[in-house]
Amino acid sequence: MTPDADAKPIGKTYPPTLYAVGREKVKEYARAVGETDPLHLDHEAARAAGYADVVAPPMFAVVYCSPAMGPVYFDPELGIDFSRLVHGGQEFKWGPLVVAGDEITTTVSVKSIEHRAGNGFFVFESVSANQHGHTVSVGTWTNIVRETA
Amino acid sequence: MTDRSFEPGQELPELKVTPDRYLTVRYAGASGDFNPIHIDEDFAQQVGLPGRILHGLWTMAQVARAQTEAAGGPHALKRLSVGFRGMGVMEQEVVVTSKVRSVDEDGTVHVDAEAVQSGTAIVRRGDAELKP
Repeated sequence: MTPDADAKPIGKTYPPTLYAVGREKVKEYARAVGETDPLHLDHEAARAAGYADVVAPPMFAVVYCSPAMGPVYFDPELGIDFSRLVHGGQEFKWGPLVVAGDEITTTVSVKSIEHRAGNGFFVFESVSANQHGHTVSVGTWTNIVRETA
Repeated sequence: MTDRSFEPGQELPELKVTPDRYLTVRYAGASGDFNPIHIDEDFAQQVGLPGRILHGLWTMAQVARAQTEAAGGPHALKRLSVGFRGMGVMEQEVVVTSKVRSVDEDGTVHVDAEAVQSGTAIVRRGDAELKP
């Protein structure tokens, strides 16, 4: 089947993925983005501040969302040409902070697909919840695929 | 802790960071984004780039960090949206500027932000919501 205007998979939802947040992964990410707040780097400091373990920086959302986003970009039904893909924009809304030891379930859906001015705009939404069922982040991922040479 | 007050028009502290030449390798490992345009000089040039470029989401993380540092910690950042433009490179300073747009009655602070490198905004239309 070839994708056409009537067959756009808007609302298509992908299987949820589970990501277990590890202390050393949080620290590795925090160092890579230049965080200096001990909440992200020192579990004793995080505990002294009332958290169960090191706190993930808000943008760590891209890490726990990653296993859920991967299959979307390679979904043959969407037909995204990866070599022409540009990350156009990104939004996150955050709920309760994520800490090491949390287990985050992420579900991604196709929010919109539009073709204009020689570009395809693919917008995906990720919804991530912790093991208590609280939504820790909602991400809006805007991708542009250049469709003309 | 000091009281943090925010008023429309107020500029938040600038964040300045110069990514070293191995930054994208560390960020690739930390984030799981191993797209070769960020880590392989030859590949990047073959697809028409000047060389390896920064991950847009790393630059967005710098915009996020400017907000959490200004607002007193990671709990304070409730929303951030950005647009990516152009490309960031290593070994050139990235400067994040942030300016309070408005403050709601419930204390929510709305901030406009961007990340600039060599005079070009590589993250633009940054729009943050803080609850200090």
